[in-house]
Amino acid sequence: MTAIRATNLSKHYGKTAAVTDLSFDVEPGQVTGFLGPNGAGKSTTMRMILGLDRPTGGGVLVDGKPYGELRHPLRKVGALLDAKAVHGGRSARNHLLAIAQSNAIPAARVEEVLELVGLSTVAKRRIGGFSLGMSQRLGIAAALLGDPEILLFDEPVNGLDPDGILWIRTLMRKLAADGRAVFVSSHLMSEMAQTADHLVVIGKGRLIADTSVQEFIGRSSQGYVRVRSPRLAEVAELIKGAELHPDHLRVTGVEPLEIGTATARAGLPLEELTFVRPSLEAAYMELTKDSLEFSS
Amino acid sequence: MMDVIRSEWTKIRSVRSTMWTLACAGLLLIGFSILLTVSIANSAGEPPTGIEAARVTLSGTLFAQLALATFGVLVISSEYRTGSIRTTFMAVPQRLRVLSAKIVVFTVVTLVVSAVSALAAFLVGGPLILGTAALGDPGVAQVVVGTSLYLTASGLFGLALGALIRHTPGAVVSVIALILVLPQVTSMLPGDLGRTVHHHFTSNAGLQVIAPNPDNPLGPWSGYGVYLAWIAVTLVVAAVLMRRRDA
Repeated sequence: MTAIRATNLSKHYGKTAAVTDLSFDVEPGQVTGFLGPNGAGKSTTMRMILGLDRPTGGGVLVDGKPYGELRHPLRKVGALLDAKAVHGGRSARNHLLAIAQSNAIPAARVEEVLELVGLSTVAKRRIGGFSLGMSQRLGIAAALLGDPEILLFDEPVNGLDPDGILWIRTLMRKLAADGRAVFVSSHLMSEMAQTADHLVVIGKGRLIADTSVQEFIGRSSQGYVRVRSPRLAEVAELIKGAELHPDHLRVTGVEPLEIGTATARAGLPLEELTFVRPSLEAAYMELTKDSLEFSS
Repeated sequence: MMDVIRSEWTKIRSVRSTMWTLACAGLLLIGFSILLTVSIANSAGEPPTGIEAARVTLSGTLFAQLALATFGVLVISSEYRTGSIRTTFMAVPQRLRVLSAKIVVFTVVTLVVSAVSALAAFLVGGPLILGTAALGDPGVAQVVVGTSLYLTASGLFGLALGALIRHTPGAVVSVIALILVLPQVTSMLPGDLGRTVHHHFTSNAGLQVIAPNPDNPLGPWSGYGVYLAWIAVTLVVAAVLMRRRDA
């Protein structure tokens, strides 16, 4: 079953549109990256999924129901929105215990998730003194409390050190491999390139792309074939549309096999024949350049 | 519903502000009792007896109520300040259940602390220091019980305003204005209508249960009922908005 289904989801504040007519699905067993520049409406969308903000149009279903109709929702959905949105005076253990009790999750599970995120030794400490990395781990512990099938993370790696980033990336891959639906937002394409299977890209609150990572690269900008040869000028004459650079040829719109076959027939030796795929980052920049809230 | 109550109990007992505001209320009540009764005992003239003595021992109520109202505000506004209200509503999307559970836990905690403090304030000031009043004297038990109930209601007023305003300083200022400042100001309202407003205004009505103002037509319990009505109306408005507003 589709984990999250947004249908024509809209959120307007007066005349300002945060999200407009957004439709997408999040499927189980994969990491779905929710990508867009800052201010594109990612957090607003996540809050609407979780029933915190009320859409002004359209709707969103979680496991086939509006979030507000889930009984003990944390057993179905876990989410980390803002790791610092906690009462700093409480200990990590009591913070998690209060959340667990509200959804009839046994207290023993609190110790399990503390162990899982590596916070067991600081369970009694006031969370006001936690570093961002520790807060992030605590937020993930809270999301995992109910052993949910669906997980949402809003910019989980923001401000983390490389160790923390790697840890979260590995965790998300593992959660998806378990068959869970993982929906993670980011404004960094490079981050998504390493973790996501599927991408939902938005800009200015509107859907720009809803596609697999592979398709996304292919669709937004074409790759080219780089050809190097000791007899470069002759190869350039042979291949239509080749662009001659000092030490190589750049060919667009022709498959590497065709080039290889043609040069082989002509008896021209090749030093290199490489299909260069555009980086995800480049593809993303190209797609969202029209939708940046503030362009420099 | 028990799950949510259990969760709210864990929240309320695991922050320091609970201990501080409750200790503050208790110390104000008992402290004022000692201060006033010692000064009476050391001055010439007849000390008050019975129910009058009991009222003197509980004069700290006006200050203790502010500590409890602040506690009430914080129980909900601290969640809005930190943003943890989102975690709360994610766990329990039926927001009125959250509000109800907070009211239940808060009322029980505050009632227990108010009752113990009021009883202690009376026992220390009345039988011990003045020696002119006993718990069995006519009307004394009602004053002690009335004080506990009045203090609990003032705390709930704070909670209601915290839920409505969602902003700690704003809610604290509002509750002080509503139970301490405006009740005095309304005495200046002209005419019969002005007098009725003054008599029915928040703590003017509520305090009838402790020390009835003879000019006020409201009895001890009808006055307390009017005070509860103020709180109930605030809670209903807060509840309607809580359901509607984005968290």
